[in-house]
Amino acid sequence: MPTTADDHPAGTTNGPGRDPVVEAHGIYKTFPGVVANADVDLRLERGEVHALLGENGAGKSTLASVLTGLYQPDAGEIRLDGRPVVLRSPREALAHGIGMVHQHFKLVKRFTVAENVALGDRTQPILMSAPDVHRSVVELSERYGLPVRPDAVVGDLTVGEQQRVEIVKTLYRGVDVLLLDEPTSVLTPQETEALFDTVRAMAADGKAVVFISHKLHEVLSIADTITVMRDGGIAGNVDAADTSVRELAQLMVGREVMMEAPGGDGQAGEVVLELDDVSVDERSRRGRLDQLSMTVRAGEVVGIAGVSGNGQRPLAEVAAGLIEPDRGRVRVNGRDVTGRPRAARKAGLSYVPEDRIGTGLASSLSVAENLQLTRAHRPLLDRGRWSTDARRLMEEFDIRAPGPSTTTSSLSGGNIQKVLLARELAADPDVIVAASPTRGLDVGAIEFVRQLLAQRREQGCGVLLISEDLDEIRALSDRILVLYEGRIVHECAAEDSDVTELGLAMAGAGS
Amino acid sequence: MNETVLAMTLAAAVAAGTPLALAAIGELITERAGILNLGVEGMMLLGAVTTFLVSLATGSPWIGMAAGALAGAGLSAAHAFLTITLRANQIVSGLALVIFGTGLSTFLGRPVEGMPLPRESRLPRMNIQLLQDLPLLGRVLFQQDVVVYGTWVIAALTAFYLFRTRPGLSLRAVGESPATADVMGLRVNTIRYVHTLVGGLLGGGAGAYLMLARVPAWSQAATTNGIGFIAIALVVFASWRPWRALLGALIFGLALRANFALQAAGVTFIPAEFLAMTPYLLTILVLIALSFSDLRRRAGAPEALGVPYAREER
Repeated sequence: MPTTADDHPAGTTNGPGRDPVVEAHGIYKTFPGVVANADVDLRLERGEVHALLGENGAGKSTLASVLTGLYQPDAGEIRLDGRPVVLRSPREALAHGIGMVHQHFKLVKRFTVAENVALGDRTQPILMSAPDVHRSVVELSERYGLPVRPDAVVGDLTVGEQQRVEIVKTLYRGVDVLLLDEPTSVLTPQETEALFDTVRAMAADGKAVVFISHKLHEVLSIADTITVMRDGGIAGNVDAADTSVRELAQLMVGREVMMEAPGGDGQAGEVVLELDDVSVDERSRRGRLDQLSMTVRAGEVVGIAGVSGNGQRPLAEVAAGLIEPDRGRVRVNGRDVTGRPRAARKAGLSYVPEDRIGTGLASSLSVAENLQLTRAHRPLLDRGRWSTDARRLMEEFDIRAPGPSTTTSSLSGGNIQKVLLARELAADPDVIVAASPTRGLDVGAIEFVRQLLAQRREQGCGVLLISEDLDEIRALSDRILVLYEGRIVHECAAEDSDVTELGLAMAGAGS
Repeated sequence: MNETVLAMTLAAAVAAGTPLALAAIGELITERAGILNLGVEGMMLLGAVTTFLVSLATGSPWIGMAAGALAGAGLSAAHAFLTITLRANQIVSGLALVIFGTGLSTFLGRPVEGMPLPRESRLPRMNIQLLQDLPLLGRVLFQQDVVVYGTWVIAALTAFYLFRTRPGLSLRAVGESPATADVMGLRVNTIRYVHTLVGGLLGGGAGAYLMLARVPAWSQAATTNGIGFIAIALVVFASWRPWRALLGALIFGLALRANFALQAAGVTFIPAEFLAMTPYLLTILVLIALSFSDLRRRAGAPEALGVPYAREER
């Protein structure tokens, strides 16, 4: 029966051997209406970096949650060192040496680093010994290259630092198996490199590291073994040494994909969107803009790169006229629309907000109703025409829904985004402000959205693309601006952009 | 105002603040676990009437007090079950507790409504040697009953527990981020249950103290007088810190007693009614402010206060 931490061979790191430390067999897990994991097998060995690759919704996180006791599988078995175990809670998983760094950090923001690390450690005496914990934190952070200060308050740390705290926390608990869920999504390229060094150090130490990601290049550069998931099942298991991006992409999607949107050599025309010396104070709690000026011309895509929280949100909202900046003006097609969202729309702007369900759409309304939200209406509604309009747009934008009267919230993420895009693009805009338009979508939908934007650009539409996905920015943009603490700190043409340079600028270390 | 009147007023304020402090510290402990229990008034009333009945039957105020505290804990157990296990809305459940506690205590107390407790069933005074002879402070602080001193000890223990011990750290983590606590191997629901029950014990105890030391006879309307709601506001004033809750209780206690003192001193330029009203007015304002999540966070409220926790929700 479930063993306790004491009789677990925690110290037996016999180097990179061929003995599986964790095996999962035939894992099934369903949620109301969704089969998240179906007949999933996984085999982790000591000293290996094992990537779990798949699109969003492929079942990676669910499998990770099952392995860490957060979810109970409906069927299947987990074996540790050959012995079957039942992991009823994260507490039991930890006691067995399995820990996880979640995509959304599990940290108490008001606690110090040391308090977060010591939390739940039952070997501590009732009256905690702060110096002991401090010493352990310093020791671990030096050993694995994870610089953190034990007495810093977690809420004051950057996202990258918080991630290091998360890793230190699990290492402190003496884990043999560490799962990292999308660990690079919040990091700059440099921080990602540092994380990879840490991951390699942990593997060299005989730990099994599970690296969960949907980024093909990363997975190829860090993993020894790659397990690809699709639709809740295992699509393939390959050795990183003898596979390619193309093969992995095919396994992920189940067909050939074209990831790069067709880039034309369209000539940029008139200025369609202009932000002139715009500042937004931090007090608005949405982030800060500091005397920012920029333009978007007809027929060009301007990509805004940057680490999340550096002013992306106020930038999008100011550009769309949704918030009034403390100073500065916003012009669409030469008309001043500062702080007036309706005027911005009238002047030819469409807005695809980051928060598509909360801000973009009224998710409890039907598809047809959502498609009509931005139109001007006479007092009496013509529902017949709505329905025809909706059918036409559903076909044009490949929205897969039972019908125009389907409730929007019942659609998948990709289809919800297509409804939003259909509404915004049907207005025939001169400029599109798109914030993280592909976040959380599956590869097929990402491809579709990117092609839509590229196509509009061909037709002479200006696009302001705000995204934390640097690959996306580089694939779609003509010009790239790097946003750091509310200012544009770097500008370059997409074709001569350099990842290292962009990464440095994103970290605030640029010119 | 001469010194005797001042000393008497302050001593009365200390005593009047004690049930408030007890209830507030109890609520503070519960809220630190992320559970908002608005039912303090109900727990105090039930605690008071239980104490009255048991003291009357046994002749011992101590057994009465224990019974009162347990009655409060019993009501809070209902709140814990509804909000932790069944994940009901904490505000609705808390208000239901007030209504239920009020109704049940009225029903139980009907046969003895207005009846005074015999002298031997009341709490005796306990003067502290040497300290009681201090000028002014001696009369104010050290000629009280044992529950007053006990409340100070409870405040000290609570502060120590919260900020210096491992279980205290766990408790705060559960209130700030139950998901984190869960992942770190803490039993979120158990911790929430235990501290909701402790809050109930102290709430019931506060009612018991009112009965044994403050009011002359059981009367549903006059016993708690809304102190349970003031206690909830006090937790906010105190930024969820025990010492501040104790200090705040003394200030509220003074406000509750000030009208008598002012009348005695012949002060008329502030109407006595206005002063008597102040604690309630402040309570209403604080509770309104508390409903804005932004203000709540800035005041130092536990992040997960009022939010049920479910592991498998997605």
